[in-house]
Amino acid sequence: MNILWLQSAGCGGCTMSLLCTQTPNLFDLLGDAGLEFLWHPSLSEQTGAEVRQLLAGIEQGEIALDILCVEGSILTGPRGSGKFQILSGTGRAMLDWVQSLAPLAKHVVAVGSCAAFGGVTSAGGNPAGAIGLQYDGAHPGGALEAAFRSASGLPVINVAGCPTHPDWVTETLLLLAAEELALSALDALARPLFYAENLVHHACPKNEFYEYKASAEQHGQLGCMMEHLGCVGTQAVGDCNIRGWNGGSSCTRAGYACINCTAPEFEEPQHPFSQTPKFAGIPIGLPSDMPKAWFMALASLSKAATPKRLSENAVADRIEITPSIRNPKS
Amino acid sequence: MTKRSLIVGPFNRVEGDLEIRLEIADGHVAAAYANAPLFRGFEMMMLGKDPMDALTITPRICGICSISQSAAAARALGQIAGQGQTSQGALASAILHGVENMCDHLTHFNLFFCADFARPAYHGRSWHDRAQARFTAMEGSAIRACVEARAEILHIVGLLGGKWPHTLAIQPGGVTRAPSARDRIRMASTLSAFRRYLETTLFGAPVEAFAELSSAQALRDWSRGDAGLFMEIAADLDLSAMGPGPGRYLSFGAYPLADSRAFAPGIWQGGASAPVNSAAIREDLSHAWMHGAAAHPAQGATHPDEDMKAPAYSWCKAPRLNGQSYETGALARQIIDGHPAALDLAQQGASVFARVAGRLLEVARTQILLESWVAALKPEERFIQEIQLPKTGSGEGLVEAARGALGHWISLREGKISAYQIIAPTTWNFSPRDESGCPGPVEAALVGAPVGAGEDTPLTVQHIVRSFDPCMVCTVH
Repeated sequence: MNILWLQSAGCGGCTMSLLCTQTPNLFDLLGDAGLEFLWHPSLSEQTGAEVRQLLAGIEQGEIALDILCVEGSILTGPRGSGKFQILSGTGRAMLDWVQSLAPLAKHVVAVGSCAAFGGVTSAGGNPAGAIGLQYDGAHPGGALEAAFRSASGLPVINVAGCPTHPDWVTETLLLLAAEELALSALDALARPLFYAENLVHHACPKNEFYEYKASAEQHGQLGCMMEHLGCVGTQAVGDCNIRGWNGGSSCTRAGYACINCTAPEFEEPQHPFSQTPKFAGIPIGLPSDMPKAWFMALASLSKAATPKRLSENAVADRIEITPSIRNPKS
Repeated sequence: MTKRSLIVGPFNRVEGDLEIRLEIADGHVAAAYANAPLFRGFEMMMLGKDPMDALTITPRICGICSISQSAAAARALGQIAGQGQTSQGALASAILHGVENMCDHLTHFNLFFCADFARPAYHGRSWHDRAQARFTAMEGSAIRACVEARAEILHIVGLLGGKWPHTLAIQPGGVTRAPSARDRIRMASTLSAFRRYLETTLFGAPVEAFAELSSAQALRDWSRGDAGLFMEIAADLDLSAMGPGPGRYLSFGAYPLADSRAFAPGIWQGGASAPVNSAAIREDLSHAWMHGAAAHPAQGATHPDEDMKAPAYSWCKAPRLNGQSYETGALARQIIDGHPAALDLAQQGASVFARVAGRLLEVARTQILLESWVAALKPEERFIQEIQLPKTGSGEGLVEAARGALGHWISLREGKISAYQIIAPTTWNFSPRDESGCPGPVEAALVGAPVGAGEDTPLTVQHIVRSFDPCMVCTVH
């Protein structure tokens, strides 16, 4: 299958992340699966006129397009024109290009939360009018209509994340190449379930602290970051702590909050990213699918039962009290 | 005289969106106009936000300079607080930042820049078969080796910073994760493996041997590894005569540690260096699609002209220091730090060759620095301290991204961000003309470049533009 990759209004970080693909490297992995880039703005040789000819060939139906990958949000400003991003050399807004090319592709993949929902490019009053391919924030309907289906019959596949994990992108492409990605393999926001069926909380190394509500109070401390430091890993989809990033790490493993970057509208949490909003001292954003009363009851019980090892380690920058060792049997 | 105009775009293998308009007379570029055709408005997004949110949002300006943006924001906030990183926190930040810059240089050399030498247009050159084998886009053996080595060294960012890009590990008071003795030896091992890559593939010799080259001629004479292949190609294509610079170089100084910066800050012109006076920076808006007057970034604002009226032709503002354009990047950094081979290159004048050679020198030096920084980590010490931000204040964060001088200027009022301005390296290098009509560095560098009669996307223009390693997403932000 061939892939046309366009970078619309984003940071390019999903491509940079994609290049971190390992065992094997990106080019071998895709090549072995029969995937090839028609063009990629960071990786291909062709520039300028060569690319314009290629795009014209696709638009005129001379070249069949298998997968259109779009990285970055789609800008609608100023005043609906999309001119805040002109695809250079073409005089046409990226909005126009995407609307023209998407119906020609067998599959359309939104790479990253910007392309999926608007993402960080739509933060802070959204000065450039950024939207996603098929969503405007959490609302269906973006640069493409909510009813849009590509030639394969699938909606835009939203490989959300900021950035995306390289495996989320490559495995989506590999599943498409193998014709094994059905609608049932996507969640309600069209994110592939192979990573969206997990929560960032799963396999988080701070889980034992979480169980006892032994919380970090400041950055650099080991405890759970849900109560004070803005962590929403219990609500965020992603297998970050199961799969691991860049050799097996993750945001929470590095001591800072999960900000739910796989979700629409994560860029405007309505509170400072690294501070947990509270009402009467109690965090507002409790785990999404747990009855609040139960959570409160369990939390107060577990807080009361917190072992000293956890309460002290939670506010230390390294393990101060190690697990106790059982006495030998006599 | 024959005249024609050309628009070069989409201009790929640069980070972000770039369009170059050329006026061509008698087979040479007579005038060039660099357009950054993407505007997102990050400076506008920041207004009214909690100051610490800058650490989450501004790295997402750019997926290739993400840690640089984060370091600049953290430093500006630290200056407002009057408190900085602990000395070990600064060291860990330098390691994170150094790995990103190293990766950016390698990505540029292999994937972005050298891929052009594999083009069919160079068929018949004595080196073309080897360039094709090594540098063909997505296929060449050097391209594969590069992405594998890059992914491995980024494990250091994983270990210290969770992920790359877009880590939140760098804070005004230090870093969020204190490395252990075990972490330190893992990072040292990763660096040993990376050294092996550099020494077998890029340099074909100990990194010290390359880092210690003391003249431009010694660089040109280097014959080993992919660096040697580049030197051979550069000589044959006379890349030293291609793409001159303004001869004025700027560096804010890279890697602020407890005592000093690992690469010195300064400006350099005509053999003389001087301190950087950031108060003398102005952003000129005469040819940018922006409303307002020229201002220092601490007083500046971002009001896009939605009508995109002429004579403006880019979303990029035009930063000037003491009223003049400056070139920034690895070459500038090495000149200002006093590296003898870089100084020699500067005496001969900037060029496509000098920019790439300067970057290679920095790769070798950065490997040595990274090893020394990892060895200097003291796991028992404090890696972060809490800082208290005042409700009102202003600060500047000056750092060096791979591509050069990066500054964040932040003002706070009533505990919220009241002004935020950013000048990125490529804002300097790819600025449009200023009020006096003076072109930005790349616009000037392109003048005189030969353009073949049948060329619609001239190769010399591509070499010159890519020699700067532009990052267009940072440029306008």
